[in-house]
Amino acid sequence: MYQSFITYRGGRWFWVALLLCAVSIGLYVWHDLPQPPGGGTWLGYTLGTIGALLILWLTYLGRRKRNYASNLGSVQGWTSAHVYLGTSLIIIATLHAGFQFGWNVHTLAYVLMLLVILSGFFGVWAYLRYPEILTDNTGGKTRDDLFREVAEIDKQLLRQAAPLGAEMETAVASSVERTQIGGGVIAQLRARDDSRVVLPGQGLVANSEQKPILDLVVEQLSQTSHREQAAILREMSNLIGARARLLQRIRRDVQIQGLLRVWLYFHVPLAFACVAALLVHVISVFVYW
Amino acid sequence: MSDKIKIAVVGSGPGGISAAAHAAELGVPHVLLEATPKHSDTIQKYQKGKHVMAEPNVLPLRSPVPFEQGTREAILDAWEHSLSQHQVNVRYQARVQAITGSKGDFTLTLANGEQVAAEHVILGIGVQGNPRKLGVDGDEAPFIQYQLDDPDEFKGETIVVVGAGDAAIENVLALARNNQVHIVNRRDEFARAKEGNLAAISSAISGGEVQCFYSTNVVRVDEGDFDGKPGRIVLATPSGEAEVAVDRIICRLGAIPQRDLVESFGIEFPNADPNALPVLSTRYESNVEGMYVIGALGGYPLIKQAMNQGYEVVEYILGNSIKPADHPLLEAKFEVLPYALEVDEVLELLQERIPIFSQVNPLVFRELMLDSNVVVPEPGEVIFTKNDYTNTFFTILDGSVEIEVSEDLVIESGQGNFFGEMSLLSGRRRSATVRAGPFCVLIETPRRTMNKLVNSVDAVKRVLDETFILRTIQQRFAPGVPLEELRPIAKAAKMNQFRPGEVIFEEGDKADALHLIRSGSVTVAKTFDNREIPMAYVAAGNYVGEMGLLGNSDRSATVRATVKTESISLDSATFLDLLQKSPELLERMRDDVKLRTQQNVRLQADASAGDMLSFLMQQGLGEATDVLLIDKELCVGCDNCEVACAETHHGTSRLNRSAGAVFAHIHVPTSCRHCEDPHCMKDCPPDAIKRSPGGEVFIQDNCIGCGNCEQNCPYGVIQMSYRPPKKPGIWSWLLFGAGPGPGQAYDKGEVPRGPDEQKKAVKCDMCKDLAGGPACVRACPTGAALRLSPEAFVDLVSSR
Ligand SMILES: Cc1cc2nc3c(=O)[nH]c(=O)nc-3n(C[C@H](O)[C@H](O)[C@H](O)COP(=O)(O)OP(=O)(O)OC[C@H]3O[C@@H](n4cnc5c(N)ncnc54)[C@H](O)[C@@H]3O)c2cc1C
Ligand code: SF4
Ligand code: SF4
Repeated sequence: MYQSFITYRGGRWFWVALLLCAVSIGLYVWHDLPQPPGGGTWLGYTLGTIGALLILWLTYLGRRKRNYASNLGSVQGWTSAHVYLGTSLIIIATLHAGFQFGWNVHTLAYVLMLLVILSGFFGVWAYLRYPEILTDNTGGKTRDDLFREVAEIDKQLLRQAAPLGAEMETAVASSVERTQIGGGVIAQLRARDDSRVVLPGQGLVANSEQKPILDLVVEQLSQTSHREQAAILREMSNLIGARARLLQRIRRDVQIQGLLRVWLYFHVPLAFACVAALLVHVISVFVYW
Repeated sequence: MSDKIKIAVVGSGPGGISAAAHAAELGVPHVLLEATPKHSDTIQKYQKGKHVMAEPNVLPLRSPVPFEQGTREAILDAWEHSLSQHQVNVRYQARVQAITGSKGDFTLTLANGEQVAAEHVILGIGVQGNPRKLGVDGDEAPFIQYQLDDPDEFKGETIVVVGAGDAAIENVLALARNNQVHIVNRRDEFARAKEGNLAAISSAISGGEVQCFYSTNVVRVDEGDFDGKPGRIVLATPSGEAEVAVDRIICRLGAIPQRDLVESFGIEFPNADPNALPVLSTRYESNVEGMYVIGALGGYPLIKQAMNQGYEVVEYILGNSIKPADHPLLEAKFEVLPYALEVDEVLELLQERIPIFSQVNPLVFRELMLDSNVVVPEPGEVIFTKNDYTNTFFTILDGSVEIEVSEDLVIESGQGNFFGEMSLLSGRRRSATVRAGPFCVLIETPRRTMNKLVNSVDAVKRVLDETFILRTIQQRFAPGVPLEELRPIAKAAKMNQFRPGEVIFEEGDKADALHLIRSGSVTVAKTFDNREIPMAYVAAGNYVGEMGLLGNSDRSATVRATVKTESISLDSATFLDLLQKSPELLERMRDDVKLRTQQNVRLQADASAGDMLSFLMQQGLGEATDVLLIDKELCVGCDNCEVACAETHHGTSRLNRSAGAVFAHIHVPTSCRHCEDPHCMKDCPPDAIKRSPGGEVFIQDNCIGCGNCEQNCPYGVIQMSYRPPKKPGIWSWLLFGAGPGPGQAYDKGEVPRGPDEQKKAVKCDMCKDLAGGPACVRACPTGAALRLSPEAFVDLVSSR
């Protein structure tokens, strides 16, 4: 019932793209010209025009995506076509160039285009692979749900730590307060635990994966001979464990959501750069004609 | 006892104020008795600054008291002013608890024991009901209150809240921010509360922010000085008596329905249905002579109607026969009719000609006609089309119509008959196409008005039910057999009602009847390894239980209602009768059975399909007609669907993508399911919620923002929201940074808003005005968002 943009309508755009490539290759192999192959031949012009139009159309997806009331196909269809036709550009543009490369604006446009396509491949891979990981990681809960669960545990921990003396209280309170999630782009994508905690006699130290605070509680547990206190400490160690797992999931969630977006920060600017280079390429070709 | 008064008006809502002011301007001795310390309690309780609408717009106002749309404050001020200007004799904190006597000699007893004597009584006490009291010694103490307007008003107090419903919990949570709060719950859990409130109160209690007394009753309330506090509440807890010194006690024990009080005055209701209205004459007089009912209590849910009636009822009491304010509206409505008759005569004629309306009381019928349309279609014109979702009810005043159920069943129906009751009752699509015959005149009545009628006039309900059964049997089982022959079979059929989750019949039971599902839906489940696994979903309009009857064996599966469900059952004897009358039925049913068995086999192959079906039903999709489901294996969380919704609907998204439950990668986001019998429609004063032929449930612009629908929708998909102004175009945003861009909202506070702006209810309308259909689905880049109808559920669960 559900179809991904890859299999959209039986992979209709895959076949279109394939046909386009096949025809281009066929023409390239078949055509026999006085000049060596390249942008200057009639075939070169044809392929170049097709390629340029394709690039403009591919860039237009950004606009179509925001045309929310548009009735011109569905965004899924556009995405599917975007992926396949975008890929076919590798062949079309290469044939257009006739394998002539150099240190010039023409090759720059070509390289930029390849980079855009490459970043696009990462996007496709991310879109196909990450959604499932995302759901499995959170068990279908939202990130807000997880944060609420953490807050709930925080409250319980603080309450339990209160009768255990000032040092324990500070330690637990600081572990809650100085829990770190996300941060800058790099921190989000790394998903490492940069939390900290104030431990007795050690001051502010790293609290990676909440292990130091857990160690402290376990340590206390092994030393106490008071039954009630032991019960509290045991409960606390369970809660800290659960909390650490929750935090891990949240970080993973932040990370994957980040990965699902971050490639666009390369793909889109590169695409604009590519269009600009394409423009220079076209103009210069006509000027030097 | 004080001197006798000509008119005692009970309740100072818009109806009561208008009546009392009119009596005052005519110099009639009167008194206006109001339970609370201020007039118009219902309107006082609207949220601050609410924009009050003057619907219906076409109805002229007839009252000495002014009313036009504006803020709650402006309207209340104007009424206050009007009360003093007309020197209305109003008494506040005068709750009427009993009325005895008869016309010319009524005695009204107030809560404080005082009595008032009056010749006539006008009841305008609305439908809000009176708060249930503690019912213990001391429950009149000044620090006990039954309502909480602004929780931030109190700081540093010790407050006990009594009650365990949503109102109590919401008050407790709000008060706990600044006060020490206790909650007294008669039971050992919060069973009545909404999910969100339940979670919040449980966490507040376990977190020690609120102290809860479970399984506790209030013994008494003492006034005096207790540790510097004005009072004390004494409680019976499971571990003995407990005392709490308090600054304030807030009781949220729900409201006593007005009906109980009103019945104690001697006024009769036609039946036990909670939606039933008291029977009134065209002059608003109840069965108790001299006692009149106006406004919301009489079934008129809008302010202007209440005010007009206040004016009219005083005129009637004085013996003047004036035409009601809505007279010109009816006149205009009847203009298309070919009769030269007065409005009242037309009304009489209609009741004479249309048997189903003949039993209806004239006032109710007049109201019905105000809501209805007179339609004069051209011969051959289509009135409605099979499979449309419209749900109005038609009666034939003149001429005839042709009802085409299927190619082999075309029925002609003439004067006095009705049609369209099937969709009205089942909430499902139209089961026939209806075309106008020659000289056809029809009356089209909206669903809400018909439902009101069905609830209050038993005779109408009976006729509709009987006809429904008869026509359904003909349509589904015996198209070739004339209705007359089917009558005995219909008589033997039974109507059944099932609660959500209730078993209709169980695997292994003896098969004794076939059930035709009239409304709601059911699942068919089989037991494997002691686990009940649903295998099929059957929607209204289909039947279950035929397999057993045909084979005359035991039930092979368990059938359960997914939501509130009604069925028509035929026992085996009646069914055999039917088979004899319509032999080809057997053949058709065998085919159905074959198809059903194939489907079962397909689903049986894996239990996870059954689990998925159970999950969907748990989400309430058993009553959905169209629902947005997201495949989590495809969704990248880009929120393009939400943005598309907002962008195509005045800036407010009607779906919440990230909320909602997930099961095996299928996610049910918070979004309208366009229920077959929409809960939201139930209680909308201006009848602003409609269903279009395509099935879309949508809200019209005449919404008055009362919030009833928001509360009534069990799926939390309606929001009350302002309409932000139009945004600048995409290019001016892109090039000049003007305004919020596509998909971005205005910042809070930045939104320009006029004084007349008000919050209205908004919800999904399935983009019925967009050519391409739902924007959310079309905007999803990965194909993760689909809208499905329940018929597709089986495919969905078996395709996974
Ligand atoms: C949130 C909300 C928004 C609404 N918005 C609009 C709108 O914009 N436009 C519109 O036209 N309608 C609106 N309505 C509907 C409108 O409020 C009612 O139709 C109207 O108030 C009914 O008037 P009434 O005179 O029949 O009764 P009410 O206004 O309910 O007045 C009844 C009065 O009787 C008093 N009373 C009750 N019992 C007793 C007793 N035993 N003894 C003495 N006094 C008693 C009450 O304290 C109250 O003051 C809204 C309703 C709600 C709930
Ligand atoms: S708003 Fe709620 S009650 Fe109304 S149709 Fe939608 S889901 Fe059903
Ligand atoms: S649509 Fe909802 S908020 Fe608006 S008037 Fe109807 S019930 Fe009230």
